[in-house]
Amino acid sequence: MHIYANPKRFLALASWLTPTLFISGLALVMAVIAYGLAPDLPGFVKAMGIEPVPEDRLMGETVRILFIHVPAAWLGMGGWTGIAISSAALLIWKHPLAGLSARAIAVPGLVFTIVCLATGSIWGRPTWGTWWVWDGRLTSMLVLAFLYMGYLALAQATAREGASPKIAAIFGLVGAINIPIINRSVVWWNSLHQPPSLTAGKSAIDGAFLVPLLIAVLGFSLLFGAIVLMRMRALIAEQQVEARLRRRAMQDEPTPVATGAMEPAE
Amino acid sequence: MNRESLPQWDYVLAAYAVLIVAMVALIGWSWYSMRRAEKRREELKRR
Repeated sequence: MHIYANPKRFLALASWLTPTLFISGLALVMAVIAYGLAPDLPGFVKAMGIEPVPEDRLMGETVRILFIHVPAAWLGMGGWTGIAISSAALLIWKHPLAGLSARAIAVPGLVFTIVCLATGSIWGRPTWGTWWVWDGRLTSMLVLAFLYMGYLALAQATAREGASPKIAAIFGLVGAINIPIINRSVVWWNSLHQPPSLTAGKSAIDGAFLVPLLIAVLGFSLLFGAIVLMRMRALIAEQQVEARLRRRAMQDEPTPVATGAMEPAE
Repeated sequence: MNRESLPQWDYVLAAYAVLIVAMVALIGWSWYSMRRAEKRREELKRR
């Protein structure tokens, strides 16, 4: 992992990995969006054995929202797990890029958490009959959005003031306590939210919904990876610009001795 | 109001619209800030 501590090596890797992840992720996401929004499919698609999304017995057409809600939830939680791992790498191994990767994850993680909350709320209105309930799953997910906002504010403030990135890293590690709470909330507390539908090796979801859902999870994950790499490249470039400007300013600044020698004697 | 009486497609379209707007904004902002920062670094290197 320390091979990529050198920004030059990391940037060489990121230069081809960013478009690869972006194009493959975007293609899958666009396919899932088109599939989720199509009431029927064209003949040539059906000829390939792909059927339109069937209406769910309980959820009706709103089952289509799950293709975007579930990946958003997965990436909101996965994003903070990434922040916690990067924070641990910074605190334990002092990996130079770990702090940057945590900062790079925070914005896409927050956006996916907000998308999860918004799409869940839109799905809840016709299915549960309410936009929002203060139950364990929804509340802990809202707390995650606030944690992201707090992390972003803290990371930006420490970077601006030149303080140690370890402050934000500790916050990133402490905030990770919320991830198992979100995951187990539907088991620990009574909730309108259904219990886990996907567990290791088991699925309570019909194949007609499961396959597009897994493709959506893969597509959004690839896109998330591309966005994190874009953010990392931006943060590295900003740091390099700042370092170069500081070096130049120091070179241009005349030394006190030299200044004194140049001053005319009164 | 029961489920059958609600226009379900409106909710589906609203949810997808939220996602599309959020994704376009996130990707656009990430790409633009990366390009701007990298361009600034290259300009500074040349000077």
